[in-house]
Amino acid sequence: MTRHYSAFSLLREGITGQKGWEPAWRSPEPKPRYDVIIIGAGGHGLATAYYLAKNHGITDVAVIEKGWLGGGNTGRNTTVIRSNYFYPESVALYDLALRLYEGLSKDLNYNIMLSQRGMLNLVHFPADMEMAARLTNAMQINGVDAELLDRDQVRAMLPIYNYGPDARYPVAGGVLQPRGGIARHDAVAWGYARAASRAGVDIIQQCEVEDFIIEGGRCRGVRTSRGAIRADRVGMAVAGHSSVMAAKAGFSLPLISYALQACVSEPVKPVLDCTVIAPGPATYASQSDKGELVVGGALDRIPSYGQRGNLPVLQNVVAGLIEMFPAFRQLKLMRQWAGIVDVAPDSSPIIGESPLPGLFLNCGWGTGGFKAIPAGGTLLAHLLATGEHHDISRPFDLDRFATGRLIDEAAGSGIAH
Amino acid sequence: MQIFTCPFCGPRPETEFHFGGDLGNARPEGFRAVSDADWSRYLYHRRNEKGAVREVWMHMTCGELFAMERDSVTMEAAPGQALHGDAP
Repeated sequence: MTRHYSAFSLLREGITGQKGWEPAWRSPEPKPRYDVIIIGAGGHGLATAYYLAKNHGITDVAVIEKGWLGGGNTGRNTTVIRSNYFYPESVALYDLALRLYEGLSKDLNYNIMLSQRGMLNLVHFPADMEMAARLTNAMQINGVDAELLDRDQVRAMLPIYNYGPDARYPVAGGVLQPRGGIARHDAVAWGYARAASRAGVDIIQQCEVEDFIIEGGRCRGVRTSRGAIRADRVGMAVAGHSSVMAAKAGFSLPLISYALQACVSEPVKPVLDCTVIAPGPATYASQSDKGELVVGGALDRIPSYGQRGNLPVLQNVVAGLIEMFPAFRQLKLMRQWAGIVDVAPDSSPIIGESPLPGLFLNCGWGTGGFKAIPAGGTLLAHLLATGEHHDISRPFDLDRFATGRLIDEAAGSGIAH
Repeated sequence: MQIFTCPFCGPRPETEFHFGGDLGNARPEGFRAVSDADWSRYLYHRRNEKGAVREVWMHMTCGELFAMERDSVTMEAAPGQALHGDAP
């Protein structure tokens, strides 16, 4: 059986009729007991399983998934990767993710198609350049690449933008993170799943967690649609459904679930070679390798678990897009969808032990979960393996909502969550 | 466009409304005696339920807060109800 992906194995399988490929991951029956259970086989859950095996040597692990792996927000995001945040705590977190993404294709032996084409935050008015300089300085002080661009530099980089005298969203400059970019989102889920499965992790799909097994005030496992599964350490990485799981475990979380929409156009020849966000319309876009324009914007403002968006937000996003790029008026939208994102009051994630001992949280990523997958997995794996915080995850503990040490990135980096 | 019903102005487009949190999330009494955990629950923790929800909404054009029962999956929304005094 062919296990390793390489040019040589591709050639060999091509000659021998493609009969030797083995499935990318196993689909075993759940065992009654594991060392660690992870709820949710999205990017964060699968990455957690992978790093438990890789960094801590813990392979007796089950990842339990209600639907199919990578079928939630991991398959619904706009694939943007960046670490252009303001606070040192956030930069440490998101740049850990970006650095891991930079080596991930090799690490997993799976091409995640990372394209560091640059993340460009536009600035519309001269007065806003002060805040742009502040963000650029903060990023540089925190050791992350950042460049403050003037209007001419933006124009050279992004020629198809509307620079006309009557443009509704004019350009005064921009903040560029050259290492930012996009990756293939499904490949991230599939790559982690394959690598975790090969390390011995059981990925159990079509298995819904119905309740927690709580004994002596500790989480001792989960009751699922396929029977009870026990473990002394349980992690959950279920994004928009975190509050639903928390209610089963007997506590609440400082989260609200909203729908976040995205859409793609029909494919066209290359016209846009960076990821660009305009704060005015709160619209951002990049062009996929297939040529589709991948477009997103702000949250729907009505709390929701329905995985579909409302028209007013989509209208705003599309109106913003065609103001930014008048040439895109001719394009047809092919698909529109939404994922359910769990938003914390300070737009920062929650990582740490839950109020139920033995149950560990990875949630609250809001609109920015995809870019953080390798870091979320590394940090939750550290917590599950050691019971202690990693230095990078400590500031993101649930206790910050009682101590008041919030990490308010909506205010800090001005990035809409 | 979804239509919500303000108890004072009648059916209006969703863009005129602002989410105001869980219904019945009363501010804790006794400023200094309230624990950090209780302040945190009041300020930040939300029920965030899947399915039937009871919430406070503001109709921004008239400025009134009111109670509304919705379904957070189907997004069906019952007409808003005026809040009376401290209830509920």
